Amino acid sequence: MSSIGTGYDLSSSTYSPDGRIFQVEYAFKAVDNSGTAIGIRARDGVVLAVEKLVQSKLLVPGSNKRIQSADSHVGVATAGLLADGRHLVTRIREEAQQYRDFYRSKIPGKVIAERAAGYVQAFTLYSSVRPFGISAILATVDRDGPQLYMVEPSGVYYGYKGTAIGKGKQVAKTELEKLKLGELSCREAVKEAARIIYTVHDDVKDKDFELELSWVCEESGGRHEFVPKDLAAEAERAAKASLEDEMDED
Amino acid sequence: MDHFPGNWGQPRSRDDHVFSSTDYFPGHNAYDVGSRAASGPAQRTQQPMVTGTSVLGITFKDGIMLAADTLASYGSLARFRDVQRIIKVGDSTLIGASGEVADFQYIEHILETLTIQEYDHDDGQKLSPRHIYEYLSRVMYGRRSNFNPLWNSLIVGGVKDGDRFLGFVDLQGTTYQSSTIATGYGAYIGQPLLRKAVEGREDELTEEEARKVLEDVMRVLFYRDARSLNKIQIATVTAAGSKITEPYELQTEWAFAEGVRGYGA
Amino acid sequence: MAVQFADGVIVGADSRTTTGSYIANRVTDKLTPIHDRIYCCRSGSAADTQALADIVHYYLQLYTVGEGEPPRVNTAANLFRELVYQNKDNLSASIIVAGWDKHDGPSVYTVTLAGSLHKQPFAIGGSGSTYIYGYCDATFKDGMTKEEAIEFTKNSVALAMSRDGSSGGVIRLAVITKDGVERIFTPGNALPRFWEG
Repeated sequence: MSSIGTGYDLSSSTYSPDGRIFQVEYAFKAVDNSGTAIGIRARDGVVLAVEKLVQSKLLVPGSNKRIQSADSHVGVATAGLLADGRHLVTRIREEAQQYRDFYRSKIPGKVIAERAAGYVQAFTLYSSVRPFGISAILATVDRDGPQLYMVEPSGVYYGYKGTAIGKGKQVAKTELEKLKLGELSCREAVKEAARIIYTVHDDVKDKDFELELSWVCEESGGRHEFVPKDLAAEAERAAKASLEDEMDED
Repeated sequence: MDHFPGNWGQPRSRDDHVFSSTDYFPGHNAYDVGSRAASGPAQRTQQPMVTGTSVLGITFKDGIMLAADTLASYGSLARFRDVQRIIKVGDSTLIGASGEVADFQYIEHILETLTIQEYDHDDGQKLSPRHIYEYLSRVMYGRRSNFNPLWNSLIVGGVKDGDRFLGFVDLQGTTYQSSTIATGYGAYIGQPLLRKAVEGREDELTEEEARKVLEDVMRVLFYRDARSLNKIQIATVTAAGSKITEPYELQTEWAFAEGVRGYGA
Repeated sequence: MAVQFADGVIVGADSRTTTGSYIANRVTDKLTPIHDRIYCCRSGSAADTQALADIVHYYLQLYTVGEGEPPRVNTAANLFRELVYQNKDNLSASIIVAGWDKHDGPSVYTVTLAGSLHKQPFAIGGSGSTYIYGYCDATFKDGMTKEEAIEFTKNSVALAMSRDGSSGGVIRLAVITKDGVERIFTPGNALPRFWEG
């Protein structure tokens, strides 16, 4: 790494001579070390899926969730430092509530994404703080239909039909590109999401993981919630089966 | 004792004409507005302006049932005739409100905020009717302690984990629980009728019987409360969840009036 | 007053402003645009309602650049509601908000003195309104044509003007649809006339 030892990587308020901010780039590394998270914008809703790597067998199953709700209709999946994810979601909740108090309506996807990104970006400006070590995928259904956004540690954000963050993002994106994202239903998207997470999981380097699956869609009444147990179990079963099929082919 | 400093030293206490026909806003006297504005003590306490009348609540075999009409009055003007005065909070709680409609809309909003916060926490816990009642009573008492009350009488009803709950809280933060509750005019006219029909039979009364009790009392209130309407909603909460009927009209009886002649002289 | 019809809303008002019994302005324009397709009818204190309309106008401009699309009538009405509710001890303002947006189509809201918000198919407000509740209830129909709605609004305002000393002058109407706003003027010497005994 050419940045090390030059002194230009010690603060995010200092550019390197070629115009880079190394602290922000390091934050991206924190994201890339994390278990994969993906988001799929289906025709009738949005699905989030997370490969949550289990750090210890002593942990209670279901703890340290990486998908959280920020409002009744807003779901957030993060990859990177868990605590940074919690902090960002706390902020997003405040923004969503502030919007509700002011306009008495649910915050639209693009507005919450813009505000979340604005907050993240502010942490790239000062020497007194470090940038967020996370990327966040935001899933909502608003008046204009299903919305999917992803915010990066730099504060950059884009809208997506499908997106992936974390260590398996390249493989996951390749898989997402094969799908017909505009036509997919949420139920189908749940299965695809589970399959992709199982595909990208590296059970040699990483040990156990828990699959987190959530959605915001018509079936959930426009609410962001974890996918019902039976459907999640079915998706997980199908994912494992398709993985074994692949192995057989090899 | 009159607790409104603005009324002290006035020719008459407000209690003298609570039921006066010129009393557009109960608790507020037209004649003392000027003197108070000119040189009164600082007044933060408002007066209700757009108001709903009685709400009834009873316990029955499987849960709780509330009833209210859909009128929001502006003084004696029947201004809005399709206002929902009973709301759902979560799946297991109902709240009915009399008094200031604006304040009730505010209460609706803070309860929505509370529900979302609770949902976001995602800890597997859900707010029970008792939790919501406690929260509301703290809000109501807190506001009255700042001399800025939310001008309502509220009935909270619900069922959670086999536990039926019915409670009352008002603008002063007064609370009580009972198997029958009535607010506003209903406290005078409705409550005795409800007690007679319900007390001691809480575990026997069927949903159909409970509905009939409430309809009968709402009909009496329509006959005798000049700020009421015969368009009502009935809300039910049981272990299976809660539902609020669409507004519907109560049938009334007037035929006997045809035989009424003169005034007894 | 404001009336919803099939494709839009009509807002209408008289033109009298009084200080006590003196007519301070006989040709007031009480129809206040707060956005391209959202108007409000103000009653109560002129100073208060003008200040509120200015504030809401500002917020809606901000909203439009922030969200990249025009606000809903509901949003505008809620901004008025919040301002009135939080400051009701110091305000005398009751406002009708009406307009058209692509999500809800035509809609009419009333914000009361107390700061409650009510969605209605038509709304009347101000000192003259109490005289015409009966006429409006008897005459209003859901889903009127534009022409029917104009006639209903004009007659209602004229009747209020004829019985209320605090109302009078001319009738100003604005027809708001998805295509824009059309203003209709009726001079004080050509008002609809009814029984005058």
